[in-house]
Amino acid sequence: MGLQIIKPGTRIDFIGLRKIAFVLSAVLVLAGLGSLLAKGGPQYGIDFAGGMIVQIKVHKDVELAKLKGALEETRLPGLIVQTLGMADDHEYLLRTSSSDISSQQVRTMVADALAGPLGEGGYEIQRLEMVGPKVGADLRAHALEALFYAVLIIAVYISGRFEQRWTVAAIMAAALGGSIYGIGLLGLDMGWLIVMAMLITVGLCWYLKLNYALGAVVALIHDVAITVGVFSILGKEFDLTIIAALLTIIGYSLNDTIIVFDRIRENTRAQQDPRRFRSIINESINQTLSRTLMTSLTTLMVVACLFVLGGSVIHDFALALLIGIGVGTYSSIFVASPILMGFGPSMVAEGEGQA
Amino acid sequence: MQSLRLRIFTTLVVLALGLAYMLPSIPGVKESPLGALLPGDSVSLGLDLKGGIHLTLGVDMDTAMHNNLSRLGDDLRAAARDEEIFVLRPTVLSSSRLEMVLIKGDQKSGFDSVIDKYSPFTIEETQNMGDGKVRYLLSVSPQYRDELTKLTMDQAIKTIRNRIDQFGVAEPDIRRQQDNRIQVQLPGLQDPERAINIVGQTAHLEFKMVDDAADIEKALGGVLAPGRELSTLITTHPGGGQSESPIVLRREAVLTGEYITDARVQLDQWNKPYVAISFNARGGTIFANLTGENVNKRMAIVLDGKVHSAPVIQERITGGKASITGNFSNEEARDLAVVLRAGSLPAPVVILEQRTVGPSLGQESIDKGVTAALVGMCLVLVFMVVYYGFAGFVADIVLCLNIMLIMSGLALFGATLTLPGIAGIILTIGMAVDANVIIFERIREEMRRGLTVRAAIAEGYERATLTILDANVTTVIAAIILYQFGTGPVRGFAVTLTLGILSSMFTAIFVSRIFFDLYTKSRSETAKLSI
Repeated sequence: MGLQIIKPGTRIDFIGLRKIAFVLSAVLVLAGLGSLLAKGGPQYGIDFAGGMIVQIKVHKDVELAKLKGALEETRLPGLIVQTLGMADDHEYLLRTSSSDISSQQVRTMVADALAGPLGEGGYEIQRLEMVGPKVGADLRAHALEALFYAVLIIAVYISGRFEQRWTVAAIMAAALGGSIYGIGLLGLDMGWLIVMAMLITVGLCWYLKLNYALGAVVALIHDVAITVGVFSILGKEFDLTIIAALLTIIGYSLNDTIIVFDRIRENTRAQQDPRRFRSIINESINQTLSRTLMTSLTTLMVVACLFVLGGSVIHDFALALLIGIGVGTYSSIFVASPILMGFGPSMVAEGEGQA
Repeated sequence: MQSLRLRIFTTLVVLALGLAYMLPSIPGVKESPLGALLPGDSVSLGLDLKGGIHLTLGVDMDTAMHNNLSRLGDDLRAAARDEEIFVLRPTVLSSSRLEMVLIKGDQKSGFDSVIDKYSPFTIEETQNMGDGKVRYLLSVSPQYRDELTKLTMDQAIKTIRNRIDQFGVAEPDIRRQQDNRIQVQLPGLQDPERAINIVGQTAHLEFKMVDDAADIEKALGGVLAPGRELSTLITTHPGGGQSESPIVLRREAVLTGEYITDARVQLDQWNKPYVAISFNARGGTIFANLTGENVNKRMAIVLDGKVHSAPVIQERITGGKASITGNFSNEEARDLAVVLRAGSLPAPVVILEQRTVGPSLGQESIDKGVTAALVGMCLVLVFMVVYYGFAGFVADIVLCLNIMLIMSGLALFGATLTLPGIAGIILTIGMAVDANVIIFERIREEMRRGLTVRAAIAEGYERATLTILDANVTTVIAAIILYQFGTGPVRGFAVTLTLGILSSMFTAIFVSRIFFDLYTKSRSETAKLSI
């Protein structure tokens, strides 16, 4: 046999570490939430907020402050200048909240502003994007809808999948759909609908004793919340690609949790004594540990390559994946399983599952 | 499990198909003699990779409706006049309602039948105004409005396509979207602003008579004689630079751009470019009569509401030719000729969204994406061999096969590869080995339990298969939702991610097992396996 990161017969008491893990998770989630509240919600990129960005590549070394000073002369409304990608790319992003102004005008303004410090031809406009308020609102609605349906479908899928109780899953789907429709009539914002959908899912899982599903959903919310929170703390913007990253994280987080839970169920079937549930969970996590770590390692390896080498445009996307996949691995071990433990094995599930 | 030979055959067929569809996408292969034998489809690159412009245009449907109603009203008025029924100039009230005033109330039944016969209007309300006049409130049906909307959109798209074709862009993509929007994608353009100008300009050309008798000062104060309008004359100075001055015109356009058959750039005696336009026979006749009747008066050439020149008519102009002068650069003159030839847009358009990627950034994105993919892939390949030995080597082979299948899948389905799409492939490299990891770890466990190599392999694959299927379902669900709601680049990500997961299941479960079966077949029951 080749190398082994996890020696066979390893027995780490993960469940015993759950209190530390809960504190750690709570700190991370609350820090992110705090940052979101302090900044008045997530910072939207122009995809969602509307406005214009201009990506400028400078051909020689120039101080950001000097460049900023020159560009601020343009007096564009809500102007923000920031560096992009890795330091030696010499790429800068200029953003304005205005979308009324024509791109032609902006190009002229930038040319005028940069002619002084950089000279003629000392820079290049690589990318210019303008999103009007109407399209921005549409894109925002689409992104939220995507998240909403992802939460909805996945909630139904896992409640059916983990417990093999598709009738309950159907009830779940109907209850979730019904209550969301009801809340939708109140005319709430889509963002709130998603939060409500998540809370209702957690509530329904708890009420219907769908314990595996409950663990998976909490782990998933945990992963997305921390990714969003870290993004808020780092002052990164949310745009369409970040939504794509979040959905990927949801998929990945579940994938990880499913592997562990599958093993738990397999081991529970062999072992009928419910008092041993704690050690079964520990055993299962240990058995799947090398797979969990190996997959995270290879995935993180390639995502890190994307982050470092992939260029400025994809930088934040890679960052979101790095955070989400890292947290996803942690949560499948330290969040999902202890929650399952906390609510005990669902007896109904076993009876039906074996039938 | 089916017979080993059948499985090897299937794999080879898939491999051959994969190669056939992947190779045309590699630069140079299509041109080589081999290229003639291969399918023509190759992976098409998104605008973020090859550079270009993505525009979302909003057609101003309110203005289009307004113009349409106003024209219908004028037509109706003319039709009534032919039957000696006189009405005042119609007023457009909203995008579906029009007000008209009949001068002689006793002609009411006559006018009613004219409306019925010559117009799509229905009479909503009539009202006696006391002095014998009758006020009509006319409206068009929602169906008629829908039809007009469709016609307007079709015409706008046709015009834009015409202009782009004349401007000369390879492989433009123009399509209608909901909410009266048009999406235009122009790959590989060097000068985005010029293209935007060509696509977005309404290019509504009108000829109107100048009212030189009007008092400009009063007009500026808002006092205008009936049928007159205040406009802006752009004067160009010999040394360059432009100035604008007010000018009073008769509102009625005596001739419009719809009669134009051709527009060309020509040079005057000072080598300055101007645009020479030719009218068709009907336009030529109108123009000749018009100029003949108005010798020594000024005629304004109005483009999108601005007067470009207002020359004095010297004599009757026959032959159906006119020219638009102004201080144009060569490019501006050429672009104006293009839009005039292609015709005007039925309504103004606004740019709702614009994404321009320069060709250098596109190439840079490809280079960096490919570098990241190659480095990531090498790391994973080495890691797997070091960690799993022979089994890792098998995982590496099927990983390469997997990447090839993604590329050929993109070509086969005519999907577009975008930068997030490349990220999706990179992510797949990391996640694809997951299936192998699950299987290998299971085999290791079974071997530790004391099973023989062959039995451990069989058990490992059996138990892992369901787990793999099921773990991947969630990612596929996320990807499908992304595809449904995402736009261009993000869709590319969803496509490569889905393709990657599907092909990784095939390669990891089906193909990799062949290697293990071949390995154990030639060895004794007690042989060791490097895993």
